[in-house]
Amino acid sequence: MIEFQAVTKRFDDGTVAVDELDLTVDPGRITVFVGPSGCGKTTSLRMINRMIDATSGSILVDGKDVRQSDPPLLRQGIGYVIQQAGLFPHRTVLDNIATVPLLAGWSRAKARKRAEELLETVGLPANMGRRYPAQLSGGQQQRVGVARALAVDPPVLLMDEPFSAVDPVVREGLQDELLRLQGELDKTIVFVTHDIDEAIKLGDKVAVFRTGGILAQYDTPAELLARPADEFVANFVGRDRGYRALGFLAASGLGIGELAGVRLGATVAEAKAALRDGWVVVVDERNHPCGWLSADHLSSVDDSAAVTADLVLAGGSLYDTEHGSLRSALDSALSSPSALGVAVDADGALVGSVTADEVLRALAAARTAGEVPQ
Amino acid sequence: MNLLTSWLFDPTNWSGSTGVPARLVEHLWYTALALLIAIVIGFPLGALVGHTKRGGFALVGAANVLRALPTVGVLTLVVLLAGIGLVPPIAALTLLAIPPIMAGAYAGIQAVEPVVVDAARGVGMTEREVLFQVEIPNALPLIFGGVRSAALQVVATATIAAYVGLGGLGRYVFDGLALHDYPQMAGGAVLVAVLAVLVELVLTGVQRLVVSPGLRPVRTSGGIQR
Amino acid sequence: MTWVFDHLGLLGDLTVTHVYLSVLPVVIGLIIAIPLGWAASRWRPARAILLTVSGLLYTIPSLALIVILPALISTKTLDPINVIITLSVYTIALLVRSIADALSAVPGTVVAAATAIGYRPVRRFVGVEFPLAIPVVVAGLRVAMVSNISLVSVGALIGIAGYGQLFTNGFQLQFVTEIVTGIVATLLLALVADLLLQLIGRLLTPWTRVGR
Repeated sequence: MIEFQAVTKRFDDGTVAVDELDLTVDPGRITVFVGPSGCGKTTSLRMINRMIDATSGSILVDGKDVRQSDPPLLRQGIGYVIQQAGLFPHRTVLDNIATVPLLAGWSRAKARKRAEELLETVGLPANMGRRYPAQLSGGQQQRVGVARALAVDPPVLLMDEPFSAVDPVVREGLQDELLRLQGELDKTIVFVTHDIDEAIKLGDKVAVFRTGGILAQYDTPAELLARPADEFVANFVGRDRGYRALGFLAASGLGIGELAGVRLGATVAEAKAALRDGWVVVVDERNHPCGWLSADHLSSVDDSAAVTADLVLAGGSLYDTEHGSLRSALDSALSSPSALGVAVDADGALVGSVTADEVLRALAAARTAGEVPQ
Repeated sequence: MNLLTSWLFDPTNWSGSTGVPARLVEHLWYTALALLIAIVIGFPLGALVGHTKRGGFALVGAANVLRALPTVGVLTLVVLLAGIGLVPPIAALTLLAIPPIMAGAYAGIQAVEPVVVDAARGVGMTEREVLFQVEIPNALPLIFGGVRSAALQVVATATIAAYVGLGGLGRYVFDGLALHDYPQMAGGAVLVAVLAVLVELVLTGVQRLVVSPGLRPVRTSGGIQR
Repeated sequence: MTWVFDHLGLLGDLTVTHVYLSVLPVVIGLIIAIPLGWAASRWRPARAILLTVSGLLYTIPSLALIVILPALISTKTLDPINVIITLSVYTIALLVRSIADALSAVPGTVVAAATAIGYRPVRRFVGVEFPLAIPVVVAGLRVAMVSNISLVSVGALIGIAGYGQLFTNGFQLQFVTEIVTGIVATLLLALVADLLLQLIGRLLTPWTRVGR
């Protein structure tokens, strides 16, 4: 557990980076510090492992004031992941990961073995251990950075905008990896970002900071979206608050309609026969949806021709009936060319359809049942 | 071309206490000595200033002034003031070798990316560990650049130092000059030139061996997923 | 100090010779290095050859080169031209790398924009690429200039005039003041030359002076 008690940081030129911060980070949870530039989120994070020392107030980690610890020893017991990873260019990936164990006095063999395990844990192939950081992509370097931070299994992990320097596709992968890892490890994680979507996705609790180092609101993401404390938080969280809040509602009661599919390779005539309200969905041999066919564009194709992949219209997003939320259900309906959202099971196989009306009906039901935060 | 090689191919010039091997050893000995002392003095200074980020301006300024000093002037001055012998010329050689080493150490450590140094502190290294385990290894290319530059400087200046009485290959140039013996002058000059090139090659080889492969410019091969 | 005042005439003459012997090689070196540097920035094989040869030449000690030149190009043994050529060679060796790096560092987007506007290659080089490379080139020039000013004195060892004469003369006569005067004069000249080059560099690149 990490406690901030009236922590203030004032720099030499007079700027107040953190102003009387009182905050408790729950153990075993991901707490996200988020806010615009100059709001003190990174400064606050760096005071936990004494990369910066507070001007006044105290920070307690598991009841002990950090100022009573020797900084290097304190830091060896806390994982620290930064933007652009900060891997040591002159050491191999494996040696990078083994850094803290070796500093802490482990034997070379033990440190190396641990490094190999961690390489696997963060999803990198074993042969990458012998490479040097310059040979890795940004996303790979970040994974190594996380592995390095986890080496001695510290209870606390500090992450300073670790995914901001990679492109959005890679970033999403890394975020999912982190959630998966946390599911196995239960570390106390403090995560800094300027991206509110990342904060909402990752945080068990989110602390929104205002410029000048002032804490604006500290709540669960659902609370933040439903009841922002003031106009600043409301604006920071963004205009799609309502839509995003749907992401926190499970879609268990959602009604799934029937949706017939036609196989790839079937004839156009069969496809035309399967049309319902002018649309039919095309699936592959594993019953995974590939796209849509409409009456309009089938009309110009010969009946005896086969349905091929390049004939179909790209579909919208898919709604996973096992893990999906009302938000993903609504999005699948809205993004589908046929206004029918495609519902699939956990393996990706076609299950049925879902409409926007259905989602709104389920939302109304959830409100009545008291599931929506008031 | 004969002028350049005639003296060199004469076997009598290769034996005795004034023969090529003897002078070569002298020259190498002066070089090694001056270089080592310059490293002992210049490297810690440059490294410390680079690590603490304090005094950089003064250091660079001092290095620049020292570099502008005319070698002949420094040599003659030191010998006049401190007398002939081994120590004064070597002291002058050392003085002239310090700037490149100091500048190389400073520039090398300055150039280590701040993110990497921050990460080094973040994982829990003490300041000394940060300097020795991270900053210096990453600064090696520039440090070596400074050492190589200094080595060449010393080889060149040691040649000139023959003018103020030191031994070494430069002797052939000045003895030859006094005797109007151009082939001897040229022979000495060629030997010095070859020695300089060899020293550079050897040091470059050492650099290859010592500097981490992770610091070489990367050529992505086919198997790397980017 | 009185010695200095008594010999102002001599110092004046030596200064003129020294300046001539240091500046001329820099000018010659610059003129030759520009096309070579451009070639090195354009074609990889040219870069490899030019930089290797430059590196090699720069390694050779000045006295050695000054002495070897007469045999290579049939100049007279004790002719000042040997010093000029030697220093020009060093200047070229130094600047080729500087210029090649400077030209390579000009952002590709800028060059592309210039071509798209309609600049022909030579005009583009003169009007866009080289001006942007000037700061780095000036830095290289400063190093070359200071280095040359120091190296000209080496020529005195084989009888060529310049401040070096104060060193050889002073040494032979065991006259410390003369040597110190020579050192101070060299440093002053180096300082003046360095400041002048910095000034010229700034004048040629007004865009670097504007802004915050």
